[in-house]
Amino acid sequence: MTTIAPTTSPRVAPRPGIGATGLGATIRQSFTMAYRGLVKVRRTPEQLFDVTLMPIVFTVMFTYIFGGAIAGDIGSYLPVIIPGILVQTNITSSIVTGVQLREDMDKGVFDRFKSLPIARIAPLAGALLADTVRYAIATAITFTVGIIMGLRPEGGAAAVVLAGLLVIVVAWAISWIFAYFGVIARTASSVSGIANLVLFPLTFLSNAFVPTDTLPGWLRWFTEVNPISHLITAVRELINHGAVTGDLWISLLGAAVVVAVFAPLTVRAYMRKA
Amino acid sequence: MTTTPLAVEATGLVKTFGTNRAVDGVDLRVEAGTVYGVLGPNGAGKTTTISMLATLLKADAGEARVFGHDVRREAQTVRSLIGVTGQYASVDETLSATENLVIFSRLLGLSRAESKRKSVELLERFGLTEAAKRPLKNFSGGMRRRLDLAASLIAQPPLIFLDEPTTGLDPRTRAQMWDTIRELVATGSTVLLTTQYLDEADQLADRIAVIDHGRVVAEGTGDELKASIGTSSLQLRLTDALRLDAARALVRNTLGVDAVASPEGSRLTAPMSDPDRVTDLLVSFREAGISLAEMSVQKPTLDEVFLTITGAPATTDDDAQRELEGSIA
Repeated sequence: MTTIAPTTSPRVAPRPGIGATGLGATIRQSFTMAYRGLVKVRRTPEQLFDVTLMPIVFTVMFTYIFGGAIAGDIGSYLPVIIPGILVQTNITSSIVTGVQLREDMDKGVFDRFKSLPIARIAPLAGALLADTVRYAIATAITFTVGIIMGLRPEGGAAAVVLAGLLVIVVAWAISWIFAYFGVIARTASSVSGIANLVLFPLTFLSNAFVPTDTLPGWLRWFTEVNPISHLITAVRELINHGAVTGDLWISLLGAAVVVAVFAPLTVRAYMRKA
Repeated sequence: MTTTPLAVEATGLVKTFGTNRAVDGVDLRVEAGTVYGVLGPNGAGKTTTISMLATLLKADAGEARVFGHDVRREAQTVRSLIGVTGQYASVDETLSATENLVIFSRLLGLSRAESKRKSVELLERFGLTEAAKRPLKNFSGGMRRRLDLAASLIAQPPLIFLDEPTTGLDPRTRAQMWDTIRELVATGSTVLLTTQYLDEADQLADRIAVIDHGRVVAEGTGDELKASIGTSSLQLRLTDALRLDAARALVRNTLGVDAVASPEGSRLTAPMSDPDRVTDLLVSFREAGISLAEMSVQKPTLDEVFLTITGAPATTDDDAQRELEGSIA
């Protein structure tokens, strides 16, 4: 029976100012956690290899391999491939978020976060927020390499910035998926293994590197429904024509749905984990 | 009825992991302003119990209140009343000591300036000022524990959980930790600590719960626990081991108890309830011509309590437990 027995112990109230809840406090706590993430990045800069080197290697490699065959010459392939690489790098980098969150959670410090009177979502949201810095670095490097190689975005600088922001927001949203798998997985390496298995075909079976009209019907159907293609198209339209298209709204809607589903799932799994 | 406020009040706490009942009906009552020791071997359920009280784990059954707040329904309030120092240092390895404390302070709602001030103050108090800027990787085990404890004190919580605060520390660092814990209590905090070290519980705790296989098998002050195991014991070593049986007979006649012979057969140990009667025993030894090589009186140690309660074979386990509870109640 769980009837509340009258207790003889007086209820002691917490000190004022300790343990605030509510939206404002939650956001503030998340930013504190993001600050923690950034300090960690500063201490271990080698964590950034994937977002600094990968975009350079991929952009140079794929452009010179595919450029002539697909678009006739390098210059006319750049507007096609840069958005593709940009999206691929950012999405792949969001896996790392899940892996690192997992590693982080295995340490004792997360026990303390759990015992603090803070919003439950703050340690997770903060970690993911800090990782937007990784996406920003990947985005900046991809565009820079592209421009060095001869990309001249017709949409203008504002469109490039907007496209960058779009990709960062979507990558942040998708990182919630990997954060969820990070929380429920037993080891960090299994997270990256499964995630790569899913993401590799998903990024390649899209319009990232080739025009889809040469593909067999079933594959073309897949690349057209693939959400990654929508994001890539949105970026292309933005930087090459300065146009905000339906693909952009579809991408943002998709991102919102992912967060709405996976953020609560992740927090719940995080709470249940001892 | 007691009028002393209770910092912790737990009844029938149960936590099962798979088929293992890690905590199997634990009751605890911790009075505010005291140090309460939960003593038990590895895997007895100490950490699981603390985790449930500190809202880190949900109990499968039972209820617990911290200063009158239910740990399940008012978890957030409970969290703002407690500080938890885990068994493994719950601080950030890659950050410096100052960064750790500032981040925890900010999370607790302190302003930037307050956080800085609080960190400096705590680092000073725990003798870590010189190491403040160094990353924790280079910290010794003792420094890490001290920082961990410092982090638990930021909000000046009225109740502090210390899960095995000195496990793995060298004797000198352990003594320092003990002093720190004593200081904490002097400032009015309630401390609930777990330990596998009997002398630690004996040294620090006002009351001790002995826990084994997820159950509280004995509870009381250190002295009560020792008293429950019996009185002091008289140890006699004979010069001539062949006279052992004769000596045992004399002990039975004069003290009225059975003496236990040591395995090597030269020593007798007998419970000593009335020291006066020892005089009679010694006189009768002399009359019988039994000569003693050595004589000593051994006070019961908490180790004996512990072994008697938790280490005894299963059949006698229940008896020992009943005796203990009877004598404490």
